[in-house]
Amino acid sequence: MSTLSPPRAQPSIRSRPTPARRASASRSGPRLASTVLLLGALYCLIPVAWVVIASSKSPRELFTTFSFAPGSGLFDNLAALNAYAGGQFWQWGLNSLLYAGVGALASTLVSAMAGYALAKFRFKGRDLLFAVILAGVLVPGIVLAVPQYLLLASVGIAGSYWSVLLPVIINPFGIFLCRVFATAAVPDDTIEAARLDGASEFRIFGAIVLPMMSQGLVTVFLLQFVGIWNNFLLPFIMLSDQDKYPVTLGLYTFLSKGAGDSDLYPLVIMGSAVSVIPLIILLLVLQRFWRADLLAGGLKG
Amino acid sequence: MSATVVAPPSRTERPTPPPRRRSRRNAFVPWMFAAPAIVFLVVFLIIPIGYSIYLSFRGFRIDGGGAFGRRVETWIGFDNYVAALTDTEFLAGLGRVLVYGSIAIPSVLGLALLFALLLDTPRVRARGFARTAIFIPYAVPGVIASLLWGFLYLPSTSPVNFLARQLGAGPLDFFGEPALYFSLANIALWSGVGFNMIIIYTSLKAIPSEIYEAARIDGANELQIALRIKVPLVAPALVLTGLFSVLGTLQLYSEPATLRPMTTTISSTWVPLMKIYQEAFMNDNLGGAAAASVVLAIGILVFSLVLLRFFQRRTFGDNS
Repeated sequence: MSTLSPPRAQPSIRSRPTPARRASASRSGPRLASTVLLLGALYCLIPVAWVVIASSKSPRELFTTFSFAPGSGLFDNLAALNAYAGGQFWQWGLNSLLYAGVGALASTLVSAMAGYALAKFRFKGRDLLFAVILAGVLVPGIVLAVPQYLLLASVGIAGSYWSVLLPVIINPFGIFLCRVFATAAVPDDTIEAARLDGASEFRIFGAIVLPMMSQGLVTVFLLQFVGIWNNFLLPFIMLSDQDKYPVTLGLYTFLSKGAGDSDLYPLVIMGSAVSVIPLIILLLVLQRFWRADLLAGGLKG
Repeated sequence: MSATVVAPPSRTERPTPPPRRRSRRNAFVPWMFAAPAIVFLVVFLIIPIGYSIYLSFRGFRIDGGGAFGRRVETWIGFDNYVAALTDTEFLAGLGRVLVYGSIAIPSVLGLALLFALLLDTPRVRARGFARTAIFIPYAVPGVIASLLWGFLYLPSTSPVNFLARQLGAGPLDFFGEPALYFSLANIALWSGVGFNMIIIYTSLKAIPSEIYEAARIDGANELQIALRIKVPLVAPALVLTGLFSVLGTLQLYSEPATLRPMTTTISSTWVPLMKIYQEAFMNDNLGGAAAASVVLAIGILVFSLVLLRFFQRRTFGDNS
């Protein structure tokens, strides 16, 4: 069995065996590890717990009672949020869903097609195309937002839903991952056999390749969904009509307006709580589809 | 389709792959699949980059001179670059991002590695709960994370300050000059540690456990196994999570922008991207904004390539 161990690590360990320390470490080790992990979990949960509790406080309670003591204004705050600008908050939520859902779906399809082409076909210019895509991973997307705005403004679609949807469809890292997945998950023989059976290239892609890549594609979709949902600068630059804002931008303007007016704070807090909870539930539900191993494998490639 | 025209490549040229039957028409199939990606790549990546570079050499000059001069847009060479590189606000912003990054990146990666190693320790309790709880902030957008932490920092709503007041101490200032960097880095840590932990943990689980068995038989304890076997083996994952952290960090924007209404310490040009935004949309100085963007993009690219090269040599280079 020792033949399997890496040549680098083993000799250095063999050179200094410390059986005495090992015995004590193996007894207290797991307990210490669990404690540190639980502290980490606490650190990650506290802000979420705070916002949920704070959302139940009336404006006065927010500044006078202890932070983690629940207040009495939960329904008032909810009603106030609901009434703000005729239910604009819910419009923002729908917009976020539209941008992230449709954008990530389109992006995943485009990435899957390109990844399949790069993985399973040999053609002139393939290496160049792949190099450009790899370089695209490193281009800071945020630096592109200003010229993208100017270009979209010149064709008259800046400020529209399209101006936020279209730029997020190209996802170089997604293409890169799809190429890795297609290489690993789709055998050449299967494609070749389908061709011999007379299936068209699109049918092969739709009926054979896509299902075979599906696990990887879910991961690409989720990555891009979260990425678009979290994106701030692109909608910030593109949009001026508040009715088209995603949640993040809407809450940001809430806070900017509330700078001199702490009456808006409960609204911001309620809005944050209401938008965070569905995301966390979504994450918990989708966690099992989230194939981090594919991602980690892709990163190694 | 491919069955009709049979043109197998000569086997002597390509001995390894299985022989392929492909018609000449098929040369166009991969392009068909890649076409949407290429179109979007050109329209939303390559053209904007080109346009940015073009704009960075353009600017306004007063034509004609005297009272009758009018502003005309023209080529002005490297003036915008000179202006960007001598602009103290822009340079100060770059400096702030570097200070912030030098706090945020090591703490995110270090803690992510620590948590991943602890999750991978045998007989740890509450493993699933801890993993999920630490991953939860990944679902919280940066703007909302900044809002949450902003309220936890804000003197009038902060629980820390509530306790400080009860104890008779003065309010703590989380937005003061050195403290602000740590407050911002803490938001990055909270948002990023879970995602990076999952990536590292997944690479850890891919290591065959026989390696650990062998080490245990040889008398290694869990700490030694973690430091001497696990860390070197997950180094590639660390390099890549590190690269993405660097890319994200240097593009810092939404966190300081969100916290700005809460404090006067954050100016409207506090980080380079805020400065670029202001030049482009408030000052109507597109050329200057474009030059600053190009400088920032090149800086990020060079920085990440150097980092990648450096760590790649250290992690992959000594294997052979």
